[in-house]
Amino acid sequence: MILALLGLWIFPALSSAKDETPKPPTNDDCLTCHDDASATRSDGRPLAPVKDQLASSLHGALGIACVDCHVDLAKTADFPHEEKLQRASCAACHADAVTAYTKSIHASARRAATESPAASCADCHGSHDIKPASDPGSLSNHFNVPDTCARCHGNPETIEKGKIAAGNVPLSYDDSIHGKALRKSGLKVAPNCATCHGNHDIRKAKDATSKVFHANIPATCGSCHEGIKTVYEESVHGKAVKEGNPRAAVCADCHTAHGIKTVGPAWHLEVARECGTCHQESIRTFRDTFHGKVTALGFERAATCSDCHGSHDILPRKDPRSKVAAGGRLATCQKCHTGVSANFARYDPHADPENRERNPTLYYTTQFMRLLLGTVFAFFGIHTALWLPRSWKARRDNQRNGKKS
Amino acid sequence: MSHPTASAGSEAQTRYVLRFRRADRILHGMLMASFLCLALTGLPLLFAEAPWAARMAGLFGGYGVTGFLHRTAATVLIACFTLHLARILHRLYVKKEMGLLWGPDSLVPQPKDVVQMLQHLRWFLRLGPRPLFDRYTYWEKFDYWAVFWGMGIIGTSGLMLWLPGLFAHLLPGWVFNIALVVHGEEALLAMVFIFTVHFFNGHIRPEKFPMDTVIFTGRVSLEELEQDRPAEYERLLRDGKLEEAIATPPSHRLDLAGRLVGTTAVVLGFVMVVLSLYALLAW
Repeated sequence: MILALLGLWIFPALSSAKDETPKPPTNDDCLTCHDDASATRSDGRPLAPVKDQLASSLHGALGIACVDCHVDLAKTADFPHEEKLQRASCAACHADAVTAYTKSIHASARRAATESPAASCADCHGSHDIKPASDPGSLSNHFNVPDTCARCHGNPETIEKGKIAAGNVPLSYDDSIHGKALRKSGLKVAPNCATCHGNHDIRKAKDATSKVFHANIPATCGSCHEGIKTVYEESVHGKAVKEGNPRAAVCADCHTAHGIKTVGPAWHLEVARECGTCHQESIRTFRDTFHGKVTALGFERAATCSDCHGSHDILPRKDPRSKVAAGGRLATCQKCHTGVSANFARYDPHADPENRERNPTLYYTTQFMRLLLGTVFAFFGIHTALWLPRSWKARRDNQRNGKKS
Repeated sequence: MSHPTASAGSEAQTRYVLRFRRADRILHGMLMASFLCLALTGLPLLFAEAPWAARMAGLFGGYGVTGFLHRTAATVLIACFTLHLARILHRLYVKKEMGLLWGPDSLVPQPKDVVQMLQHLRWFLRLGPRPLFDRYTYWEKFDYWAVFWGMGIIGTSGLMLWLPGLFAHLLPGWVFNIALVVHGEEALLAMVFIFTVHFFNGHIRPEKFPMDTVIFTGRVSLEELEQDRPAEYERLLRDGKLEEAIATPPSHRLDLAGRLVGTTAVVLGFVMVVLSLYALLAW
């Protein structure tokens, strides 16, 4: 081993004697040590066995030289070289990717704190064993991306150290319709993290250029769900988003972001709660109705918000095309209540017993019922409270008489 | 022991008077069973957002089953009410029992009831003697007519909610908004009233505790009759009808069944009152 190290040291020294600038070491030069199983670092740890990794990698196949990435070694004359090298440089070949990366949340986190665990090129792509995304074994292969991201985003220590506000999102994703489609069904059209967040230039959700910025979400989801996007853009929510309303519902407000579930009966009951986070008055009055009560108990056949209002195609009540417009309301009721008369549609699905202007009859009926209950319970409450001690006394008297007789 | 019916030793000497006929006891049983079932299955819907509601509906097999049981019990109760009305009509028109309409054997409210209520309140305050009650007291008449009011209000609104498509041929849709509120509030009134006031007055007030079983056995001891309803006792003596009214003592089995059923109803009622109060106060 000492001989090998000596050789490495002597050989470039000889060549540099002829030429002023040292000739960069070839891959074979590097492998003199890096393919020697007995070579160690100063602290005794063995060198990284890079030969096989390189051979199987995309860079190896392309014949990329070690010093193309480890650029600081290209000008080094003294070998064995310093153990601490500069970070391998990708920019010389991958200028666009690196430029995009410098604008990303990962890069800005690293700039802000040198200790940051935020990812750089090798964290997502690997290093000596780097493979093309088309390779099923690649870290950046479509089906492997969730695992690659989860190496940090699914690691509680990294989440804490990197102050990742979203928390352990891979857990939600794995359980989502997207995660299952990708992992279980192996659908290549199923989105992975990068589909929605981008790859090199992942931005903060608050950044207006981010793919997951509130107003950009419909376009991001719409890149796959194009038909829904077209309908949504015409809806009251879609128009409001376009007009710059930062609170109007986009896809993720109803469907959530990472934990998107199949739209089935259970989801149908849950989504009313999502609507209610913005439409608080409507959910309150809805919960007072028969529909609201039975669905709160988990009865799936009764109507919740979307059954009457629609979902992606919700239109304001004044729009004649709306499902709850005066003209179309009966047809909406008849979806469940087949064959009911026009009278039926005069039911108020958001009646408010406290609102005298909107529901006067209901208001006065409710007041009357409260008065009735109050009167009956007040009278019999007092009646019973007064009777109780007298009845106790009667019981004791009876017992005394009973004992005597 | 305040209750002579339970003391087996003195049973030989205790004499009983028939207070409720068998048909009436059966109807009360039907009323009680269907009412309890309606209350148990309606409560989760009335307080649908209470934390216990979905679990309670789940106990019956989910909301679908709960609704089915509710409508089944409603049918039984309507049948029970109809049978009672038919029985009254039969007694009036066929048997010519005109005493049902007025007098001491009638449940129709009479001036005497108001007087006795005031006397009773005075006695509560130790300001006068206990009124001499006859066969039906004012609070018993209130309970009886409350069922009529309740059947009308809860029954009608319930049928409307059951068959909204049918009723909408005659009525505008907003009556279903009214029907739901009225059905719920009136049901709450009926439930809490029955489970507190009626149970106290009729079954478990200290003099009768742990259970007055007269509605199950139909029989009341002469001693109790004389004490609780002195006017009726005097009247029977005066008219020489006491011997006629004497009945066989209640069978031990019937008395035991009455205690068991009565206590079960009281416990279920108590649980439902607690659940209602919890839901009302938690909001």
